[in-house]
Amino acid sequence: MTVQETVLAIQKGEMKAQEVLESHLKTIQDREEEINAFNLVMTEEAIKEAEKIDSLVAEGKNPGPLTGIPVAVKDNICTQGIPTTCSSNILAGWLPPYDATIVERLRDAGAVIVGKTNLDEFAMGASTENSAFGPTRNPLDTTRVPGGSSGGSAAAVAAGFTPLAIGSDTGGSIRQPAALCGVVGVKPTYGRVSRYGLVAFASSLDQIGPFAETVADAALLLEVISGHDPLDTTSIPEPPLDLSSALTQGVEGLRIGVIDELSGGAIEGISDDVLACLEKAVEALTSAGAIVERTSVPSTVYGLSAYYVIAPAEASSNLARYDGVRFGPRVDAKTTSEMMVATRTAGFGDEVKRRIMLGTYALSAGYYDAYYGKSQKVRTLIMNDFAAAYEKFDLLLSPTAPTTAFPLGDKTEDPLQMYLQDICTISSNLAGHPAMSVPFGQGTDGLPVGIQVLAPATDEHTMFRAGAILEASNQGQS
Amino acid sequence: MNERISREDVAHVARLACLSLTDVELDAFTNQLADILEHAADLDALDLETVEPTAHPLPLINVFRDDKLGEAVDREKFLASAPEVENNQFKVPPALGEHS
Amino acid sequence: MTSKTLDGWEIVIGLEVHAELATATKLFSSAQNVFGGEPNTNIDPVSLGLPGSLPVLNQKAVELAIRVGLALNCRVQRSVFARKNYFYPDMPKAYQISQFDLPINEGGWLELPDGQRIGIERAHLEEDTGKSSHVGGGGRIHEADYSLVDYNRAGVPLIEIVGAPDLRSAEEARSYVSELRSILVAIGASDGKMEEGSMRVDCNVSVRPEGSEEFGTRCEVKNINSLRSLGRAIEYEAQRQVDIITSGQEVEQQTRHWDEADGRTHTLRSKEEAFDYRYFPEPDLVPLDPSPEWITEIQESLPELPRQRRINLAEAAGITPQEATLVVERNLDEFAIAVIEKGADPTRVLVHLENNLADGIGELTTESFAELISLETSGDLSATQAKTVLADLADKGGDPKEIAAHHGFEAMDTSELETLIEGILADYPEDWTAFVEGDLEERKKKSGFFVGQVMKMTKGQADGKVVNDILLHRAES
Repeated sequence: MTVQETVLAIQKGEMKAQEVLESHLKTIQDREEEINAFNLVMTEEAIKEAEKIDSLVAEGKNPGPLTGIPVAVKDNICTQGIPTTCSSNILAGWLPPYDATIVERLRDAGAVIVGKTNLDEFAMGASTENSAFGPTRNPLDTTRVPGGSSGGSAAAVAAGFTPLAIGSDTGGSIRQPAALCGVVGVKPTYGRVSRYGLVAFASSLDQIGPFAETVADAALLLEVISGHDPLDTTSIPEPPLDLSSALTQGVEGLRIGVIDELSGGAIEGISDDVLACLEKAVEALTSAGAIVERTSVPSTVYGLSAYYVIAPAEASSNLARYDGVRFGPRVDAKTTSEMMVATRTAGFGDEVKRRIMLGTYALSAGYYDAYYGKSQKVRTLIMNDFAAAYEKFDLLLSPTAPTTAFPLGDKTEDPLQMYLQDICTISSNLAGHPAMSVPFGQGTDGLPVGIQVLAPATDEHTMFRAGAILEASNQGQS
Repeated sequence: MNERISREDVAHVARLACLSLTDVELDAFTNQLADILEHAADLDALDLETVEPTAHPLPLINVFRDDKLGEAVDREKFLASAPEVENNQFKVPPALGEHS
Repeated sequence: MTSKTLDGWEIVIGLEVHAELATATKLFSSAQNVFGGEPNTNIDPVSLGLPGSLPVLNQKAVELAIRVGLALNCRVQRSVFARKNYFYPDMPKAYQISQFDLPINEGGWLELPDGQRIGIERAHLEEDTGKSSHVGGGGRIHEADYSLVDYNRAGVPLIEIVGAPDLRSAEEARSYVSELRSILVAIGASDGKMEEGSMRVDCNVSVRPEGSEEFGTRCEVKNINSLRSLGRAIEYEAQRQVDIITSGQEVEQQTRHWDEADGRTHTLRSKEEAFDYRYFPEPDLVPLDPSPEWITEIQESLPELPRQRRINLAEAAGITPQEATLVVERNLDEFAIAVIEKGADPTRVLVHLENNLADGIGELTTESFAELISLETSGDLSATQAKTVLADLADKGGDPKEIAAHHGFEAMDTSELETLIEGILADYPEDWTAFVEGDLEERKKKSGFFVGQVMKMTKGQADGKVVNDILLHRAES
């Protein structure tokens, strides 16, 4: 059943929200110990929510477009009175005194929040192994990672724990795990979804987005969480998206460019089976009437370097507030500054420290121009290149991740190898453009491959047209 | 583009970042940061002289709120998560020196 | 401080003034901007820098900042907020949102009452910090047992006004701050209360031999809480630097802390320990680019500034603008001009406003004030009597004549006064001879004595000036 069908069934009284929740809780009970998708399963709260939804329906009211749908929320999104940890020891025990805007929107839409999902600490990682709660495993092969940093949310959807989940994407943290877990993941245009209540990693890159089993379900969730929020200065002043017509519109006549650099061109390390799937995706779109050609976005080659300066630089500042003064645990010491050092040293994991160090260095006196200043200029080049490409094309296409899901522990010793997981996804964050990953085909290992559809700023609608076609032809194949 | 980052640089950065590193960590970080920065050195190939920096992907300007008072908050909810509180203030070990 | 001379040395002073803007709410959130209050009551997720919270700029604060810029003759321009990163418990996010390379106001000037123009380098927007108090150890920071932090002030909008190093004495520095305060209050940007910390002054001081063009090494002095301590701190610091140089040593660039109690400045940190603030553009905010229309609208809404008001009063009263300073500072200039326009003697108007109305004009009206002064100038009331009537007018209002009558103040007949004086002169013949034969100094002394006697006998009803005239007339004849 699609989410839309479930919503209708509950609204018509054919099903109860409580039943839908129960069946999902049962699935969680069966497999969560093995997968570790959640940092917290909010069983009691969820049951209460579902009861409330059922009584609203019984009173003849419409609780909203997500009536009774269980949703998992990444644990870097604030939930009032409910632990929000970012999978970090430094937030152990913290109870946010407020809800993120998207949490309010989910509740207002009738969704039932089931739990807080695991992530790489502060969303820094591509495997969900850097977590104070232990790694999440890929439901399709539990010896493999689910990708990251929103690995818990991707795994929750892939395991059937919840039909929908919320993630955040700073350099690929929704799309890459979606690809590795075989689900749909969307990074909307920067500013499309309010960041108020999203614990910041890199503020100019972070964007909240949906995970779902299908493109239509992802569209529905995105509609609910999108739209202007006065509490976020960087929120686009536009009403919520309406994507319904995109799902059936097809791609007839759309011009789609395949990014050469990410499909066997300048950037190495994209595996052959992933490239083979990309070829099939091109065929599928072509046969659906799109005009598909290869094109160059030359500065994508430099995206990774720019990203690994900009994101850590912003992170080094965003994560400075974890100082043991106002919230979270404290390691005591004789003076405040010693206490701050002790608290931060004990509270942050290695990868977080590494990025704080990297970012602090990039911003420090004497190095700003060489690193941060230069990276900001590369950001301009990337935006210019995309602008040029979108003169000729409506959409761009590339793989989402260079490989299928890799074994746990495979890349934990070599940070740079881990960073290369983001090679295809990073440029969209630097440009602030929307991009989505749609499962398409499999690798030789039988694990799913994701194809990335990229669109110019604010054109999620056209992006979903291509996403829907890819999904349809992928289902046609399997 | 720059000299390889040194152990002393890393120690200095740790102080700026309010982190304390063991000798082993210091060595590991020095190598890892050097590798990452070396990768970033591919930007040196670009001629960026005339390129304007982009700080932000959105073209928005002048986003304001009205000077209107919000709802009063429940102070207790904010103090509840604090490691230590005294007289409704956040208590910390002596904060030496001054800043402003 | 030592009383050695600064002869041969020139003091160079540049001031950085932080003023809290008079908004209802904070710079980036809807928590209340109000002085004092129970600790941590004016807070919210943004003020506390809680994870996930985001800043949204207060439009009123921007408007007030532009008002300040225009009043200080600055260029109002496109600006960008930046993060200034440092760890301190009263700085909730461990960074302050400020403006760095692109401030909202740049390149202006402020004119001192003496006509000198002092450069304004920039006036930018930033947020205030919380307040730490240090407990135990007799209140000394270094010996405190622990510290307590109140975030009520965190996020309150500040304008930081950076003055050029154009000031050359403690007196000029005080005059600059007091003029700046008058402007901020006049345009409604700030209440300018130094005692409540809503206006704070950091002071860059250096010295150089008179005639030298080069600047000396400067020290920044912090923790100055009043105009008085500003002057003391500058004088102490300049002397300290001169002493260092004349003893053959070099001044070290430092940040120093003014200690009001012992009247000295103390090292806070040296240049080497200076902070590396790692400024970068604040990604949670977007650029501020006020439209020309908005700037014009604000410009047109500005009231007349103290400088122009001094000129207006000077013209009306026939004095120099500098002499109009005090009355303008007390906001009594428009009142003064109105009274003068009713024909009152400008000198008497200003004397009363400057000396006899310290608590304000109260119930005094332009009509009653003008009439009082006319009674005074016509000799119907002595200066002392006028002062008494004025106090009543300010207190309760009313008719000057009636009040004078109520007090029993009646102009004494000159012949009556002549008789009275004659009697006194007869009682003190030696003093009279001394008056007649004395030089100017002696006459002044003796006339004081005689006027005193007359006042005693008339219970203050006589006009001292008239008594003087009679004495002079008699001495000459």
